[in-house]
Amino acid sequence: MPKITYIEHNGTEHVVDAEVGMTVMEAAIKNKVPGIEAECGGACSCATCHVYVTDSWRKTTGEPEEMEEDMLDFAFDVRESSRLSCQIRVTDELDGLVVHVPEKQF
Amino acid sequence: MASEQSSAPQNGQSGEIETHVVIVGAGPVALFAVFELGLVDIECHLIDILDKPGGQCAELYPEKPIYDIPGLPVVSGQELTDRLMEQIEPFGPTFHFNQRVDQLERLKDGRFRLITDTGQAFVAKVVVIAAGGGSFTPKRPPLQGIEAFEGQSVFYSVRRIEDFRDRNIVIAGGGDSALDWTHALAPVAASLGLVHRRDKFRASPDSVNRMLKSVEAGDMEFVLGQVTGLQGEGGKLRSLTIRDNNGEETERPCDCLLPFFGLTMKLGPVADWGLNLHENLIPVDTEKFETSEKAIFAIGDINTYPGKLKLILSGFHEAALMAQQAHAYVHPGEKLLFQYTTSSSSLQKKLGVK
Ligand SMILES: Cc1cc2nc3c(=O)[nH]c(=O)nc-3n(C[C@H](O)[C@H](O)[C@H](O)COP(=O)(O)OP(=O)(O)OC[C@H]3O[C@@H](n4cnc5c(N)ncnc54)[C@H](O)[C@@H]3O)c2cc1C
Ligand code: FES
Repeated sequence: MPKITYIEHNGTEHVVDAEVGMTVMEAAIKNKVPGIEAECGGACSCATCHVYVTDSWRKTTGEPEEMEEDMLDFAFDVRESSRLSCQIRVTDELDGLVVHVPEKQF
Repeated sequence: MASEQSSAPQNGQSGEIETHVVIVGAGPVALFAVFELGLVDIECHLIDILDKPGGQCAELYPEKPIYDIPGLPVVSGQELTDRLMEQIEPFGPTFHFNQRVDQLERLKDGRFRLITDTGQAFVAKVVVIAAGGGSFTPKRPPLQGIEAFEGQSVFYSVRRIEDFRDRNIVIAGGGDSALDWTHALAPVAASLGLVHRRDKFRASPDSVNRMLKSVEAGDMEFVLGQVTGLQGEGGKLRSLTIRDNNGEETERPCDCLLPFFGLTMKLGPVADWGLNLHENLIPVDTEKFETSEKAIFAIGDINTYPGKLKLILSGFHEAALMAQQAHAYVHPGEKLLFQYTTSSSSLQKKLGVK
């Protein structure tokens, strides 16, 4: 199973096993990673699953689609590396992915 | 519930609305409750803080598909709302939008008085709380110390444009609300800036063009970036820190900030009505969906009971059973016959199909 590392704002790391096909948000919620709220349950309607993808992974995770980019307007402290984790699907290529959790979701 | 309040005549009682049932909320479950109540000759008023019916379906996911409504293999949040509105049309419910129910009290005669944040009062025999995940509330940006500025320098809505005259205003956000308010406030503001993280907007082309024209005319400024800090004291804002997309921070003088980052659901005033609560939900029985207070019901996402599923279809079922007991309170002594809409001519008459 691909491993994903979530780094909290305070530096705490959470390494979780994610199933291929679930989303990076779902893997976080299932493993109780703090700081990912996902109020809308992955419908790209709340922007509370915001993460920063580490630069070296951005090519593999790809760029947000228009709907996600629009929803990012409702996130806080949005950067170039910002993604909504419910819109990143776990694949074998993402084994080793590292994302940072923002200090606060909205 | 603060029970046994004085039932002495109150000032402005003439404006009070009397009805059988007041429904708090106008989400999908509230809408279907109108149908079930209507079938048993009960008239309803619905109050919602949103400017439209449909609750979460209309506000959070109007275009997304729902697959688990019996008989509708796929339906979008907005379409379900529209269909429900069509279904309840024969019962002529009255909607009161843009109002939040703040108070609920029991009168001496056993009825209830509800008062909204605009001061509108309602008197009803039965109250149905269909408040879902709570009242839709503007999102508060997680900026250090923002609470201290709220009400004096930070606002999430505009009630009176005059209150904003001659102020140095910054509007943050890129949706329709943000753009509409730039348009409304530009004529009265001393200065107006719109701060948004990109030069694309999630808004109607019309409002975008209007905003760009105002920028061209020099009536306002568009600033690419995000607000990252607030400076000021005693609730009075002096300036904002704005970070541009290269990470550079600048300070911008500002005494009035209007952040528009969408809505989130907060339980809100429902917590103050003296009802039993369990983890911000209202426990009910599963026969009548009545709360700890007689004649106050709770249906839909707001209630809890063993086995509760927060699904629209559960809320519909709850509405049907609630209506039976509500009938006993609204029309005491009248016997209720169990009837099918397919075959009962009296039900069909109410639905306007006979
Ligand atoms: C993205 C997403 C997808 C979903 N998909 C499905 C699905 O596929 N199937 C399904 O069955 N369910 C789904 N749901 C859940 C479903 O939307 C809810 O179960 C449903 O909306 C609950 O309806 P409700 O009428 O109880 O409350 P809500 O829809 O939450 O409406 C409650 C209304 O009450 C108002 N209100 C609350 N307090 C006050 C007050 N004091 N004064 C005035 N107004 C007040 C609120 O503003 C709100 O408009 C989904 C939810 C989301 C967010
Ligand atoms: S979980 Fe709501 S947008 Fe991702």
